[in-house]
Amino acid sequence: MTPSGTDAPLLQISGLTKRFGGFTALDNVSVDIRPGERFGLIGPNGSGKTTLINCISGAFRTEARTVLFRGEDITQLPAHVRTRRGIARSFQIPRPFKSMTVVENLMVALDFAVATDPMVSAADRHDTAMSILTGMGLASKADASATTLSQVELRKMELARAMATRPKLLISDEAMAGLSSSEVDEVLDLLMSLADHDITVIMIEHIMQAVMRFSQRVMCLEAGKIIAIGAPNEVMANQRVQEAYLGT
Amino acid sequence: MKRNGIFFWVGAVVFLIVIALITKLIGNEYPFFAGYVILQFIVLAVAWSILGGHAGYVNFGTSAFFGMGVYTAVFLFKVAGAPLLVQIAAAAAVGALMGFLLGLLTLRMQGIFFSIATIALTIVIETSITNWRYVGGAAGIQLQRPPVTWPFSGYVQMLFFVQAVLVVLAVAVSRYIQNSWIGRGLQALRDDELAAECTGVPTLKLKVLACVISGALMCAAGAPAAMYLQYADPSSAFNLNYSVSVLAMSLIGGTAHWAGPIVGAILLASTQQLLTVTISSEVNVLVLGVMLVLFVVAAPEGLIGLLRRLLRKEGK
Repeated sequence: MTPSGTDAPLLQISGLTKRFGGFTALDNVSVDIRPGERFGLIGPNGSGKTTLINCISGAFRTEARTVLFRGEDITQLPAHVRTRRGIARSFQIPRPFKSMTVVENLMVALDFAVATDPMVSAADRHDTAMSILTGMGLASKADASATTLSQVELRKMELARAMATRPKLLISDEAMAGLSSSEVDEVLDLLMSLADHDITVIMIEHIMQAVMRFSQRVMCLEAGKIIAIGAPNEVMANQRVQEAYLGT
Repeated sequence: MKRNGIFFWVGAVVFLIVIALITKLIGNEYPFFAGYVILQFIVLAVAWSILGGHAGYVNFGTSAFFGMGVYTAVFLFKVAGAPLLVQIAAAAAVGALMGFLLGLLTLRMQGIFFSIATIALTIVIETSITNWRYVGGAAGIQLQRPPVTWPFSGYVQMLFFVQAVLVVLAVAVSRYIQNSWIGRGLQALRDDELAAECTGVPTLKLKVLACVISGALMCAAGAPAAMYLQYADPSSAFNLNYSVSVLAMSLIGGTAHWAGPIVGAILLASTQQLLTVTISSEVNVLVLGVMLVLFVVAAPEGLIGLLRRLLRKEGK
């Protein structure tokens, strides 16, 4: 963690409420995420985890000043501008650009999300994409069509594409769902290595071992409300969290 | 990529020289009458595929843009006797504006809703023109061609050449889009709009841009039609056949590559010309329908897609 990072939060969510008709998906959620933090977000299905990241990444609009990124109100910005400011995400169900190859998927990010410098040639951007893919262990699949990838490869490609936008905050939405235990370790190591590169990571996950190993802090949502937040061990020991998960 | 560019432009210049020579060598006017229609459909199909192919937004409003082009020319000719080039340039500007407004109003809707809105656009504009006396109203308007300018020997030859220039322009634009960041962005949003937006693609802006470019080219393609027929009336200028034919040409040719709509337009438009001469103009529509069904079933990615698949098989 950066020493200066402890003061100014990277992401400030304050009094965020999101309703769909009569249903309140998020109810007065407030949380600060520090720069360089590895933050775990847990909660039962339908508790509002994905809604929260949709509000952060811009897929859903929210009220003014409820989401501040690096001290600036981003609630009025469309998703692509938020991406350019440094918020990247992966999707719960992978959403690759199917008509493209793996490396082309990354080129979209490099063409659009990264401030276009006319001096950076297409060949240089291609090199950048390849080095990201190499880091993810996907270099051998660079020219394969995105439709031919396995589940774990798709997850990795989504992370690689998010990384290509040069994020300051990466939100991983259940990147490990449906993977085998060795694959979970692979993806977890990747996320850990990203956090080492000064990227703040919010991880939504149902696999508790992964959350425990990864997170410095964990937040648990239930029915749109924060029921616990703190060190992973404390949150797991919290009675309300256990009730929410085990239903007792 | 650079080498391809040189090949393309050399090809384009050779194409125009050949077209120019043909206008000198062939005395009979009929080949130019028929050829003009084919060239016109190439422009329309290429323009359509910029939005319909790259971005995947199916536009049923080709006839609205085409008809607007025709009537922009009619209006300017009647009001000021504007020369052909001015008519075409003005039509392109009108088409761009129309594309911008249509895009802004409807491209927030995804998929089929956009298509429905474009049909509505055709009806609204056609009705307005039908009730506008100054440009002839429902009865249509006769136009007297001005004398032809040097170096052309006849007005139809000149129109033929002008439409060929529009073909080169449209193809160059479409090719540029396909190979540039615009094309990559459009392709990304066609695959998945939310994922594209979250990867930094300004989806609405790009869609509106594609709609503006596509609209400008379609309107420009329509402008010379007034002088070609020396007559314009709303029900033929805004005929839904343009929308259907152009859509069929793009899909049959294949929208994955800029050459697809050209192949489709040449194939279908010449078939149509042939059928009109040999059997009847009504059979056109039937053949169009049958071909479209056949292609949707047998080669959903069009001729270009079919070719690519065959090449890939051979490669293996």
